[in-house]
Amino acid sequence: MAILVIAEHAGGALASATLNTVTAAAQVGGDIHVLVAGHGVGTVAEVAASIDGVSRVLVADAGAYAHQLPENIAPLIASLVIDQTVIYTHVLAPATANGKNILPRVAAVLDVDQISEIISVQSRDTFKRPIYAGNAIATVQSNAAIKVITVRATGFCAAGVGLPGDRAVIDPVAPPHDAGISRFVSEQLATSDRPELTAAKIVVSGGRGMQNGDNFKHLYSLADTLGAGVGASRAAVDAGFVPNDMQVGQTGKIVAPQLYIAVGISGAIQHLAGMKDSKVIVAINKDEEAPIFQVADYGLVADLFEAVPELQAAL
Amino acid sequence: MKVLVAVKRVVDFNVKVRVKADHSGIDLANVKMAMNPFCEIAVEEAVRLKEQGIASEVVVVSVGPGAAQEQLRTALALGADRAVLVETVDELNALAVAKLLKAVADKEQPQLLILGKQAIDSDNNQTGQMLAALGGYAQGTFASKVSVEGGQLLVTREVDGGLQTVVLNLPAVVTTDLRLNEPRYASLPNIMKAKKKPLDTTTPEALSVSTASSNTVVKVEAPASRSAGIKVKSVAELVEKLKNEAKVI
Repeated sequence: MAILVIAEHAGGALASATLNTVTAAAQVGGDIHVLVAGHGVGTVAEVAASIDGVSRVLVADAGAYAHQLPENIAPLIASLVIDQTVIYTHVLAPATANGKNILPRVAAVLDVDQISEIISVQSRDTFKRPIYAGNAIATVQSNAAIKVITVRATGFCAAGVGLPGDRAVIDPVAPPHDAGISRFVSEQLATSDRPELTAAKIVVSGGRGMQNGDNFKHLYSLADTLGAGVGASRAAVDAGFVPNDMQVGQTGKIVAPQLYIAVGISGAIQHLAGMKDSKVIVAINKDEEAPIFQVADYGLVADLFEAVPELQAAL
Repeated sequence: MKVLVAVKRVVDFNVKVRVKADHSGIDLANVKMAMNPFCEIAVEEAVRLKEQGIASEVVVVSVGPGAAQEQLRTALALGADRAVLVETVDELNALAVAKLLKAVADKEQPQLLILGKQAIDSDNNQTGQMLAALGGYAQGTFASKVSVEGGQLLVTREVDGGLQTVVLNLPAVVTTDLRLNEPRYASLPNIMKAKKKPLDTTTPEALSVSTASSNTVVKVEAPASRSAGIKVKSVAELVEKLKNEAKVI
């Protein structure tokens, strides 16, 4: 009996959300196997093998798995479960864009309902997950023989990496599945030296109050002083100030840093859903009635164009 | 090319929901209901494809209570040609909904199936992907741009690091993200016209689909609430608090 964790990786590096997912698997209890599917993923597999608590790494390295096309990877995951060389009781993936794209496809092939974005493990078959943009928490029990689950990274701490003498076995899996119905064309990925939003210890986010994309330079500059990641509200993304990968909220990225600084963000419930588990929240807004102040530990009613440079200078 | 669009009736996105005192679910009594915002984007995209002469017919489907006819009428007023309601009083899980949509798709034989990426009530983000798996279709989830080129579908997707573009064989499933389009408002004449458009009703039994689920909601509770902190008077006071009280910088 084992748990299969689907590794998230990009550009030859294991994504940190994988480590939080391994922690969720450890809380369920059982042997933990990690599947690394992709093309040219030898290094990722090596890193995955050094995650604490992982006993086995399965590597599916083929062109068909490049770019994480769900039409090819979902049948691979399902076949590992159906094959029963190992009896898997749970399949867990991080609730990243890839995890959300691939895992429901696996669940449907296995004819079970998925449990999305769990934030806590109550027992082997019972989990908690937010619904209604986090305004309610549902406890969900599954009686499926195989439980298919995506894991919200902010609900679990990251598993350690690299305990000496604790390396997992690495096994290749074959053969590749190429459904031949979809093809990768191109990608436009944001390149940034700043910490990745979901893993950053400090996040600075801007909203409609930033007025335009150019004004975000004030936030980038503050973020660089703090070593922070930069996010945005839906309003700022919809207005075209910044790209979509910066959106924090119910349907964007979920963050829970040590410090979240919301600048010119009113605080719609859909935005709060993405950041209200942050340890400390600071809000800077000139409207003292803005709902963001109802969740902020420290609120500053001020013009952001004066307060942000002043804050940066004071650090 | 026929386009099938799925829509869901949900609590309006402006409503702050309350958990029932017995923790059995959300109190929906006298709460304003509406079409899920991502489904509105799905309807809009299909209607635009029809206006461009790419889609020949737009069929809108909902799985839900009889009252979901309201949302289907809204979709018809926005430009869909006809509607199908799969009526059920039970609150179904995503797999059951996907199976019902697959059964409708088997009858309708669409080339393109457009769904919202997630419903703002259950926040599952599953149905489109499951429907694609059941039908053996390619999927373009979290779409911010869709075009038809040479009998294939070009989909730009919002992913964690930015944007990804894929080309899909038809038939294919697309799930909509926020930036795909800005849905129009229905005009009064179109709302009147929509009342005369065909709306058929069927049931899971008539479609021979089992709606049993492996998941049970045991309890629904309110989240740990976060109370407002203090207002600081100046940037200097803020920095002092962050350093000495919160100790986060």
